[in-house]
Amino acid sequence: MVICALQASTRPDGFMSLDRDDVIKIAHLARLELSEQELDVYTQSLSRILGLIEQMNAVDTTGIVPMAHPRDVSLRLREDSITETDQREKYQAIAPAVEAGLYLVPRVIE
Amino acid sequence: MAWETVIGLEVHVQLLTKSKIFSGASIRYGAEPNTQACIIDLAMPGVLPVMNKEAARMAVKFGLAVGAEINHRSIFARKNYFYPDLPKGYQISQYELPIVGKGSLTIAVNDKEKVIGITRAHLEEDAGKSLHEDFHGMTGIDLNRAGTPLLEIVSEPDMRSAQEAVAYLKKLHELVRYLEICDGNMQEGSFRCDANVSVRPKGQKEFGTRAELKNINSFRFIEKAIEYEVERQIDVIESGGQVVQETRLYDSVKDVTRSMRSKEEANDYRYFPDPDLPPMELDQSFIEAVARSLPELPDAKRRRFINDYQLSDYDAGVLTASREMAQYFETVVSESGVEAKIAANWVAGELLAYLNKDAVDIKDSPVTAGMLSGLLKRIKDNTISGKIAKDVLDAMWKGEGDADVIIDKKGLKQITDSASIEPIIDEVLANSPSQVAQYKAGQEKLFGYFVGQVMKASKGKANPAQVNQILKKKLGA
Repeated sequence: MVICALQASTRPDGFMSLDRDDVIKIAHLARLELSEQELDVYTQSLSRILGLIEQMNAVDTTGIVPMAHPRDVSLRLREDSITETDQREKYQAIAPAVEAGLYLVPRVIE
Repeated sequence: MAWETVIGLEVHVQLLTKSKIFSGASIRYGAEPNTQACIIDLAMPGVLPVMNKEAARMAVKFGLAVGAEINHRSIFARKNYFYPDLPKGYQISQYELPIVGKGSLTIAVNDKEKVIGITRAHLEEDAGKSLHEDFHGMTGIDLNRAGTPLLEIVSEPDMRSAQEAVAYLKKLHELVRYLEICDGNMQEGSFRCDANVSVRPKGQKEFGTRAELKNINSFRFIEKAIEYEVERQIDVIESGGQVVQETRLYDSVKDVTRSMRSKEEANDYRYFPDPDLPPMELDQSFIEAVARSLPELPDAKRRRFINDYQLSDYDAGVLTASREMAQYFETVVSESGVEAKIAANWVAGELLAYLNKDAVDIKDSPVTAGMLSGLLKRIKDNTISGKIAKDVLDAMWKGEGDADVIIDKKGLKQITDSASIEPIIDEVLANSPSQVAQYKAGQEKLFGYFVGQVMKASKGKANPAQVNQILKKKLGA
């Protein structure tokens, strides 16, 4: 699924691989700060994962319903009732900054 | 060159549940900040979402009402992006398998019907609100809205003008209120619209590059925003430029749209199935139960009003604009016993004028359906004339009581006894010798003058039919 974030390239041997720019982009989307050295490590290990996926892609899955969840269960539905009470004071006691009932965060500019 | 506009709409409908889609916190509007944001809404570690059955029911209700395929198995996915009013770092939505598949809605513009395709409708959670007023250089976050259930209804790019887009939105707005799955309050954000707008040379098959207009909160602004955007795109292309795919915001004060996000942060949501939520499976009996709960839909009601009550298209449209209005009308017809056409005139004409003037919703009308019925009964049994009835309605609107109380208190009862009408007529005739002479000389249109004088002398209380009859007799003699 990570694949949709990338313009992954296909190598001559048929395997998809990632370059450093791809990894920088994914890391940014996930708000992860990676060092130069980590970038190399992740570029290699993520490419290996793509290689594994390539291997799986080779299997003929015609007629098989894609699996959305590893456990063969369906979603439990609850009745529509209000079961939560106001616990704002407790939750805000551990927040770094609050004012007028609001959680404060570094300024967001649209 | 002739240009064609192409519009597709995405509407976010806030579902009228009591609690949130994945938590038991209330979704009531207007609460103190963060008093309705529980640990699930705050995305504390270790919490798990549990799906609200009512939200699923409402989504299915909508799907059935637009003749859509209902997916017995649908999947929740994570839509990943970072924004402070989305504490999890992802929004739970549906991507590959939404609950509602393809359906359609029929609109009418200038009396021409057109079917607009609905691509899909999926369930998702709303985000919180960011308050950008200055809190010492910081942004305030209210998470009360986080987790409120939304149904996102996506149309096909089937609309070709701003008018069609507005007609579709109004139809959808009416429908979700009929279904009682949304209160339709656009000011409070219960019904929000994003419009994908593009232009192409007339006759071209391929779509042009589209711009997305975000969160426009009134029908009027949607129309203006689309019209502005169409003009802008045509200008760009005709002056040799290219339309950029981007999100634009409508500024209602300046009546322009402006670019909101740069392309650099192109939407890259990396959807994947949410491991916290296994597939939602709805069995046939669930869907059938929802089908049985469907009310009569607006189009069917309109047809029935035209056929059963012999109303005009226009009156039927006005009287079925909301379920409450239709209910009010039908109560008046059955309680008053007057002809449907007369009841329609009073409800869609007189009463609606008062409602509009004072901006009152019909469900809060100070003149209830029972009260209006009481008034119409008094016209029917000749206690008062239609003209006097308007004064009584005015008094009822001002809270002076029901029709009988007002008629009695103000002495408005119609004079139907000939012995009382005759002296009034005699006096009018005695005071107008020249008109009588002219009438007798053949000026028959003066008859209306005598009727008017008699009505005036009786303060509108004389029964007009009787006045006519007695006058004719006396003048004919």
